[in-house]
Amino acid sequence: MVDLVGVKTWIEGWPVYRQLTGTDPLGRGAAAQSPRSKALSPRTEEADSVAKSICPYCAVGCGQRIFVKDGKVIQIEGDPDSPISRGRLCPKGSASKSLVTSDRRVNNVLYRRPYGTEWESLDLETAMDMIADRVLTARNQTWEDNAEDGRPLNRTLGISSLGGATLDNEENYIIKKLFTAIGALQIENQARI
Amino acid sequence: MGSNMAEAHPVGFQWVVEAKLRGAKVIHIDPRFTRTSALAHTFVPVRAGADIAILGGVINYILTNEKDFREYVLAYTNASTLVSEDFRDTEDLDGLFSGYDPETNTYDQSSWAYQGHEEELGGTTHTERETAAGLQQESHGPPIPGDVARDDTLQDPRCVYQVLKRHYARYTPEVVAQICGVPEEKFLEVCEAWTRNSGRERTTALVYSVGWTQHSVGVQYIRTGAIIQLLLGNMGRPGGGVMALRGHASIQGSTDIPTLFNLLPGYLPMPTYDQHETFREWVDSIRHPGQKGFWANAEAYAVSLLKSYFGDAATAENDWGYGWLPRMTGDHGTYQQVMDMIDGKIKGYFLLGQNPAVGSAHGRAQRLGMANLDWLVVRDPYMIESATFWKSGPEIATGEIKTEECRTEVFFMPAASYAEKEGTFTQTQRMLQWREQAVEPPGDARSELWFFFHLGRRIRERLAGSTLPRDEGILKLAWDYPMHGARGDEPDAAEVLKEINGYDLTTGQLLTTFNQMKPDGSTSGGCWIYTGVFADGVNQAARRRPGQEQSWVAPEWGWAWPANRRILYNRASADPDGRPWSERKAYVWWDTENNEWTGHDVPDFEKTKPPSYRPPEDATGVQAISGDDAFIMQGDGKGWLYAPSGLIDGPMPTHYEPAESPARNPLYGQQANPTRKVYDRPDNLTNPSPPERHSEIYPYVFTTSRLTEHHTAGGMSRQLPYLAELQPEMFVEVSPQLAAERGLHHLGWAHVITARTAIEARVLVTDRLVPLRIEDRTIHQIWLPYHWGNEGVVTGDSANDLVGLALDPNVLIQESKVGTCDIQPGRRPIGPALLRYVADYQQRAGLAPDHHTPIVTTSEDGNHGEQ
Repeated sequence: MVDLVGVKTWIEGWPVYRQLTGTDPLGRGAAAQSPRSKALSPRTEEADSVAKSICPYCAVGCGQRIFVKDGKVIQIEGDPDSPISRGRLCPKGSASKSLVTSDRRVNNVLYRRPYGTEWESLDLETAMDMIADRVLTARNQTWEDNAEDGRPLNRTLGISSLGGATLDNEENYIIKKLFTAIGALQIENQARI
Repeated sequence: MGSNMAEAHPVGFQWVVEAKLRGAKVIHIDPRFTRTSALAHTFVPVRAGADIAILGGVINYILTNEKDFREYVLAYTNASTLVSEDFRDTEDLDGLFSGYDPETNTYDQSSWAYQGHEEELGGTTHTERETAAGLQQESHGPPIPGDVARDDTLQDPRCVYQVLKRHYARYTPEVVAQICGVPEEKFLEVCEAWTRNSGRERTTALVYSVGWTQHSVGVQYIRTGAIIQLLLGNMGRPGGGVMALRGHASIQGSTDIPTLFNLLPGYLPMPTYDQHETFREWVDSIRHPGQKGFWANAEAYAVSLLKSYFGDAATAENDWGYGWLPRMTGDHGTYQQVMDMIDGKIKGYFLLGQNPAVGSAHGRAQRLGMANLDWLVVRDPYMIESATFWKSGPEIATGEIKTEECRTEVFFMPAASYAEKEGTFTQTQRMLQWREQAVEPPGDARSELWFFFHLGRRIRERLAGSTLPRDEGILKLAWDYPMHGARGDEPDAAEVLKEINGYDLTTGQLLTTFNQMKPDGSTSGGCWIYTGVFADGVNQAARRRPGQEQSWVAPEWGWAWPANRRILYNRASADPDGRPWSERKAYVWWDTENNEWTGHDVPDFEKTKPPSYRPPEDATGVQAISGDDAFIMQGDGKGWLYAPSGLIDGPMPTHYEPAESPARNPLYGQQANPTRKVYDRPDNLTNPSPPERHSEIYPYVFTTSRLTEHHTAGGMSRQLPYLAELQPEMFVEVSPQLAAERGLHHLGWAHVITARTAIEARVLVTDRLVPLRIEDRTIHQIWLPYHWGNEGVVTGDSANDLVGLALDPNVLIQESKVGTCDIQPGRRPIGPALLRYVADYQQRAGLAPDHHTPIVTTSEDGNHGEQ
């Protein structure tokens, strides 16, 4: 007894048959799907949350959606809503997940003492205290109240800072505000190069 | 032009491709055939460093053939304004303008003024150069009186139109070919396409990338483009403009809210000690009493900033805390700082997501400077070359830095990535886009907001109780931000953005527009041009109405400064009477029924000021802006074909050779920009150029740019396996002819030599680079990407190590997009042998340590411009 239903299922399961009779004549979509790939779903569907974000590389400002599950980034995709990028990302933007999640990131403070030959580890709070002390020492060593002609200078030229174009506006604001208030003038970023 | 948009800004380039599909003609002008050229209709190869010559040729073509958009030019530019009788052109003075001072290498600009205003603009521009004062003009024009003499027939020989015409008369197709190596027919094709596609019915966009700024005449490159776009009526109109494609996510934001030495937020100048001793001197230098335009309100912007900085401690009695601001005395820019580090003047250095050991010019000077600090703080998510110069940089190999003898104390502080914090980036078209935080940063990684807030908190704790005058400002600083986040110690970025937006301090309400700011201390605002980003108490930068649900202007996605305007000066998209120049190009217009400006964008004009408005005789400020003054931030309301002030190196762009060039300037005795900023030191030697001898030692031209798979100095790309695999190795592109001349083999090694150092790279022999015929000889150009360094998944020598320090005088940006070099087959020497090898080249080139590159090179009988 031939199981006609089984044969029909078997034939219809054949990709070439599906390609010839279905909606996918080029055999690059539904016709080529196996039961396994049919059962797959994008990992973005399992995300707990999606953050609306912006690509961190160049200044075009492409929209991104960052998919998060269990507190981890599981995927970063272009945001099709963005009138700038319409969902597209370039090779760098497409590598953003790697940028955020790479195990090559350095996640702990490292310290090189003067004349030291290797990195050492350092507690974050200790490092912050040491940096604050050094800022004040440098400032005191190089402080200028007045120019030779008596006009006020109110500054230190002993401290420099470089960078800001990869950072947020709010961060640039607070950086400039703090440095200006301690009299540190030599604040620069990528816009100068 | 000067942009490989398809490679460096590929997602933005989709709009160029879209325009092409709709019938736009795409022309690519560049030293090298690139991915952008491959998608253009026409590729025009040009010599690196000669852009003013080709663009000046376009201006000459427009004026000679009267192809300008005459109604637009008459109404909206200063074409008809008369220039002082005292003005002398580079055409008269062998490449110098009138007023040149060979002692300071700067100009007294009084003779450049509009007729009758010579006295008002006098004085040397030395201080302006040292403090990169040109940057203040990012949001407004330099000071200029509003009442000027005009000749609307454009026939007066002293009117700007005629001055411009004479200035560019020698920039003929033959001369353009001679300077740039562009065949005449190719050049004329550009001229015809550009002019034919401009006017009432059509507009042309000019796109450049920031490589254009990296020249000793960088600002004047952009000026030349702007002059063409004004002459053809392409400014303030849809499909027009001069579009700068910038290369970092918020480089625009970090200029608007500047981490730059010479600016305060919103392009207010950082005070200069002798010009701005008092609050009144400072404010008046910005608002220019008596001048037209919106800068008349500058006191309100300045007081609001100081209220945001110092809160209740800023009072009328203490001039809003102005005395607590530090003062400039000259050039405090990043390159001056590097020299000062080498000289031991700087104690400590913060690096915040920037990698100068690879990304800045003259890498060796950068690293030697960092090796001579007391301490260095590096904040980055990845280990970068600037953090490891003491153990693995190129100078360790040469013996110039010895680890055990290097005193610099280094703190590597891991930084949170963009996904681990919230805040805004400002992209290249002035649009702020808010990012939501996706996850918490790992380990010790923290945001800059966290780092600087808590650093400031510690500093204030240590200084508490101090009675020293120097500590008053930091102790009075408004430094109280609400905390939130998983750790409970993260400053709330939205609150900082609100502080930037500003408040009405009498009601506590957020401001909606900077027009609400007052000079009496009743308002605050940390960056006046950003006021409105929190209009109506709503974070406008977080708006995400899908593009497909909006008009093509998409005004409800993010927020653009100022006032959510997407095209600046868009009043110029309508004719003087307020009607669109054409239906096809309608953008904003005067609505005669409702008596207001309306259109697709926020009108860049007072909403109810009619086109027919004419100011009273004695009007100043906003009231003095006429109903047809489209360029409302300019002192005379006009787009400037000729800049009577505001530019250090001349009122009109002029072709100068790069600081390093194999060619003598064919137009003038003056070889290179006579006002360029130089650091004449033994550790910053410049390759000789004509008329100096020995330029043949470094006979080739090199330029650098980006690959799509890498990002700037590589800290965000060479660490990522996908990207590293796509572009694994440093390489140099050479033409088949140059390969034959020097014996270079495809995929083999070569090294490139300048007076700074030698670097090695794999050879890519390609006809994407073509030898150019310049002045009856062949000039070869080579190209290098600049992404490599010695850290990361893939490593290689850094192209920026080749570059010396010669800067544009207006903005103090280095000339890193063109220089001269030699190239030889094989790998470079290693260790101390590298130093000897480079020194041998220097010696043969006549570059003794005390060598000084001549700045003024006009002919002996030239009068050097002294009047």
